[in-house]
Amino acid sequence: MDWESILLSLRLAAVTLAVLLPLAIAAAYWLAITPFKGKSWIEGLLALPLVLPPTVIGFYLLVAMGGHTWLGQIYERLVGHTLAFSFTGLVVASVIFNIPFAVQPIQRAFEAIPQEIREAAQCCGLTFWQALRRIELPLAWPGILSAAVMTFAHTLGEFGVVLMVGGNIPGETKTVAISIYDKAQGFDLETAGRMSLLLLSISLVTIAVSYGLVARLMARRRPT
Amino acid sequence: MSLEVALRHDGPKLDFSATIPAGKITALLGPSGSGKTSILRAIAGLLRVTQDVVRVHGETWSDTATGLHVPTRLRPVGLVPQQYALFPHLSALGNVEMALQHLPTRQRVERARRCLALAQVEELALRYPREISGGQKQRVALARAIAREPKLLLLDEPFSAVDRSTKKSLYVEIIRLHEILSTTVVVVTHDLDEAAQLASHLCLLDRGRLLQSGPTAEVLARPCREEAARLLDIANIFDGQIESAGAGRQALLRWGPHALRLADRGQSRAAGSLRWAIQPASVLLVRPDKPWDSHLENPVAARVTERIDLGTDTLVWLLPAGIEGARLQMRLPTRAVQRYAVEPGQEVTVCLRGADIIPLQAATEPSA
Repeated sequence: MDWESILLSLRLAAVTLAVLLPLAIAAAYWLAITPFKGKSWIEGLLALPLVLPPTVIGFYLLVAMGGHTWLGQIYERLVGHTLAFSFTGLVVASVIFNIPFAVQPIQRAFEAIPQEIREAAQCCGLTFWQALRRIELPLAWPGILSAAVMTFAHTLGEFGVVLMVGGNIPGETKTVAISIYDKAQGFDLETAGRMSLLLLSISLVTIAVSYGLVARLMARRRPT
Repeated sequence: MSLEVALRHDGPKLDFSATIPAGKITALLGPSGSGKTSILRAIAGLLRVTQDVVRVHGETWSDTATGLHVPTRLRPVGLVPQQYALFPHLSALGNVEMALQHLPTRQRVERARRCLALAQVEELALRYPREISGGQKQRVALARAIAREPKLLLLDEPFSAVDRSTKKSLYVEIIRLHEILSTTVVVVTHDLDEAAQLASHLCLLDRGRLLQSGPTAEVLARPCREEAARLLDIANIFDGQIESAGAGRQALLRWGPHALRLADRGQSRAAGSLRWAIQPASVLLVRPDKPWDSHLENPVAARVTERIDLGTDTLVWLLPAGIEGARLQMRLPTRAVQRYAVEPGQEVTVCLRGADIIPLQAATEPSA
């Protein structure tokens, strides 16, 4: 069992979640309540990782993070090494390819809040932030929970993008999915099988528990 | 001290201007799509219209001319929306507390409990909206709306989703709360009976325009325009000719072969055509057994063509003698109909008292 890569994957999933969730909440809220021209283009752009092959996203990210782009050069000048093939680069890539998994459930949850509820909050004298914290976020909580679980589970299992952007550096970019691939390539099928089973169990338990929780939360929060 | 509202909006069309008396219950009555809810939302600041002036007790809340628009959260209004809009994740107490965020926790809870008690739902404090009935939700929404001691309480079709008996008890509740709080209440409704029972002041609306406003009894008894009469469900609207008018002379309304004396209370009325109406309940049946006992002011001979029993009341349609196509509707207590055996085909005499004849202004199209 390659515990190092398992822990690395868990760390990557946690950091990705911590970075992406606040951004996803902000973007989802904006998309849910603001009608504007070209909204479907923005939504389409954010949903691209759902339909593009991970290797395509990985390729573009690798190019963007490399030393030939302004982003890569600035990063290299500041930190001393390239963004590609580093844990930070992996986090950036992970955040980007998880955008639709995080934004869409939260956006749907905000959209499901009736306008009357928002207006009632205003009539109660609540400021924007009070209404967001006390009314809208609690009502959107099932969607936020779904988004968090999907992001976490998806990051744990991601292979293509991680391989393109991070390569295979033990302790730095070698995640559990890549480790399983390595073991299978090296005919260590027993270890690959055990790690696959562990990944499968973690993913199944996380998703099943979250589905149950979301269903219960939805029943409590359904507008009357 | 009153609520002055002047609103103009291009889509959906709204051209409304009225002064609503302070400390009273005013009903905005009109059919669906007449702009009632839009007016309420504009008063609360939830709807931005093309032009508006909203002034409450001398304090301006919005005025497009000066660019002033006080945000909803800073307006002392309490709003009860059609579907109550209770926060589903909060208990009844939590819902009311949400309107009291400016108070320290202890005071907030105390005041929220007092408001629930005022709305007679104190025992539901810890229940969630999904656990209570429509009438109880209505009361919780009311408690939340009064929590901030609003200068203005706005009720948007508040009884549309409750059954008849709950509705009746809620009428009493709102009148009782109004007496305790003495706040100005504006209630939106399309139900004539509801408006008559609740409100002391009435604004009649149609297609975004104010048709008539005034004390409820006065507006109900004497609509001044044809659209208002139709809105008040007055079926008896006819054309006649003023024959004799002028200072010191009583106007005479010629309606086919019938000459009806008008009670003009000293006003002179120009000769010419006149659109007029009379409430079905004001069409008085002359007792067939004792015609000399009845008040024979403006008697009109007619034949009964149809009769429909509506429980305690009965609607009777009459064909007045000598007038082609005119159908006069009369509303009588069912007991009287049975006692005098009013049946289709029967010849009767009815009185149309001058004081009950309502002269109408002609129907007008909304201004473009």
